[in-house]
Amino acid sequence: MTGSRLDPWVDSYAARAHNMRASEIRALFAVASRPEVVSLAGGMPFVQALPVEMLASTAQRLLYERGAQALQYGSGQGDVTLREQILEVIGEVGVTAHPDDIVVTTGSQMALDLVTRVFCDPGDVVLVEAPSYVGALGVFRAYECDVVHVAMDDEGLVPSALSEAVAAARAAGKRVKLIYTIPSFHNPAGVTQGPARRAEILAIAQREGIALLEDDPYGLLGFEGEPPRAIRADDAEGVIYLGSFSKTIASGLRVGWAVAPHGVREKLVLAAEAAVLCPSNYTQLTVSEYLATQPWREQIKTFQEVYRERRDALLESLQALMPEGTRWTIPAGGFYSWVTLPHGLDATAMLPRAVANLVAYVPGTGFYVDGQGRQNLRLSYCYPEPDRIREGVRRLAAVIESELDLAQTFGTTRSLNQMTGSSVPAPDLQ
Amino acid sequence: MHVLVLSGGLSAERDVSLRSGRRVAEALRTARTDWEVQENDVDAGLLDRLRAHRPDAIVPLLHGAAGEDGALRNVLESLRIPFVGSSAAASRLAFDKPIAKTLVEGAGIDTPPCVAMPQTTFRELGATAVLDAVVDALGLPIVVKPTKGGSSLGTSIVHRAADLPAAMVGAFAYADVVLMESFIAGTELAVGVFERSGDILALSAVEIVPEGELYDYSARYTAGTTEFFCPARLSDEQALAAQAMALNVHLLLNLQDWSRTDMIIDADGRPWFLEVNVAPGMTETSLFPQALVAADLGLGELTAALVEDAVARAAVS
Repeated sequence: MTGSRLDPWVDSYAARAHNMRASEIRALFAVASRPEVVSLAGGMPFVQALPVEMLASTAQRLLYERGAQALQYGSGQGDVTLREQILEVIGEVGVTAHPDDIVVTTGSQMALDLVTRVFCDPGDVVLVEAPSYVGALGVFRAYECDVVHVAMDDEGLVPSALSEAVAAARAAGKRVKLIYTIPSFHNPAGVTQGPARRAEILAIAQREGIALLEDDPYGLLGFEGEPPRAIRADDAEGVIYLGSFSKTIASGLRVGWAVAPHGVREKLVLAAEAAVLCPSNYTQLTVSEYLATQPWREQIKTFQEVYRERRDALLESLQALMPEGTRWTIPAGGFYSWVTLPHGLDATAMLPRAVANLVAYVPGTGFYVDGQGRQNLRLSYCYPEPDRIREGVRRLAAVIESELDLAQTFGTTRSLNQMTGSSVPAPDLQ
Repeated sequence: MHVLVLSGGLSAERDVSLRSGRRVAEALRTARTDWEVQENDVDAGLLDRLRAHRPDAIVPLLHGAAGEDGALRNVLESLRIPFVGSSAAASRLAFDKPIAKTLVEGAGIDTPPCVAMPQTTFRELGATAVLDAVVDALGLPIVVKPTKGGSSLGTSIVHRAADLPAAMVGAFAYADVVLMESFIAGTELAVGVFERSGDILALSAVEIVPEGELYDYSARYTAGTTEFFCPARLSDEQALAAQAMALNVHLLLNLQDWSRTDMIIDADGRPWFLEVNVAPGMTETSLFPQALVAADLGLGELTAALVEDAVARAAVS
């Protein structure tokens, strides 16, 4: 006798869909969307800092004057005018290229997907930082890559560990296809590679003949001095550079890009056409109009000021309130600080207690494929106002104190409750 | 008729509750096309909204604390707004698992032996000594769960005494008091009860066969991961015993309109009470709606009838 599984397609799904499950942690994030909760979890840019009236007039003008183009299919590679404008943007991080080198995508997330699709067969090794961007890990896993984490320090990816990881993978008979790195204002670690570190990493990639996938969504959102020079600025053939307007204009527009060597680019365009035909013409032209008519560099400075104030609120509160034994990174830009809890504490097990106390974060395990990160959590300061950030840290400190008490009582904070499924928030979490 | 379906809230079961609320509201709209059925979250603006646009009745579908512990129902009673489901007082007793177990045990219903303790007890007496005593008293395996809350959040089955501290940590993440209960091997069942036109009826038991040992959150809300049998694969005698237990629990705890009792039937065919829910889940993978389908009853029709009953009750009182 067979019962019901409440899903007639259960035997039809691909093997890769078997891990797509309801998740206890995602359920907790559903609570974090309530206004009572101070969410330091999501990575939503503070788009309220944008001049919305100006954007509205831009969109209106676009539809009136170029509606037939904006509402039509476009090139699979992306609008040529926008690609020329992107050259100006990436010039800020030292990248020079030709408009033909650029493929416009639906957010840089799509570029990640396309690059992986073009490079990786199942089982191929992708080397990523430890920890790494959860959206990239999701893509690599979807293509059934063998994701290997490489150690980081306060200056990001550790070159010697990278060399060792390459050697170990090859010794195991595996093909290493990509080195994926976020050199500036890392998500989630909050650290930045200095020029010498970047040069070392590039040298390893060149020596080993492995494509370097440089993800740079936060590069223009530094709080001090000039934006860090992109690795791609020093190697046009060995580096695939990903950029995005999600943080410098608006994430809802979903416009990003890849800058790639010509052979890769041709394949990315064909892969993009197979996936989505073309990126949205409407949002591309909106971005193009914005870049052509508005002081976008000034707007980036506004964002920098907003995020710096919030970063400061976070760091000051952490310094004042965190229990002894807690450590955190000091981001010089971007959205995140990476917190290491006092010895033995488990950020995943602690999350229900945090949400019950009206504060949310992302447990560190979400940024690894191999179960590391239990003692870590990511705090985002991009969205809440400074006072809310201070209140959130105050609540979090109390939760950590309670957890320390629990650890003292039971001699562990490792939970038997496995909390299976995705441990990362949906993109629309504040 | 203006009906408000309340769902969401701030508990860890918010997402489940929102899905229950959407499903019931949609079913109500289909069953009563002339009714105005709205869905609403429970937040600081709720009372103002109720005053500004007072509904004729409310269907509270909040899961977890505030929704099932009687607190919100107390407010609704104070406002004299009719609502579907058990009273605040009855919900308070049913929601607290150790209290509900004590009450049903006192009425002669079998329930696994248990102990419930706050964290302070472990801190004051020493966790190792207390847990040793618990293992001596209950034996292994032991089910560890928060005393309040649902969806198996914070629940684990402990086979080795060495795993008990980690299980306690998982449960204390969700509640201040933790229940440790002897594990009863057997068939896991859920039996829905509803009232209509003065009758109290038990639905057929739904048998739950999860992939793993525990019918946990993922198993509950990922379609395809758990196999359900409704009616359960029981003898007639066992099926009747399961329904009788659910009816008895519903009556004993003075529950009203609807409830769902979770139980285990052991290898000897003996049913053991685990817990009762005053706001049964109504999602696509929930148990109560499955039993309704097996009985050829519509969720919308039943809820509409319960709404009408609630309004009639209020008129009489």
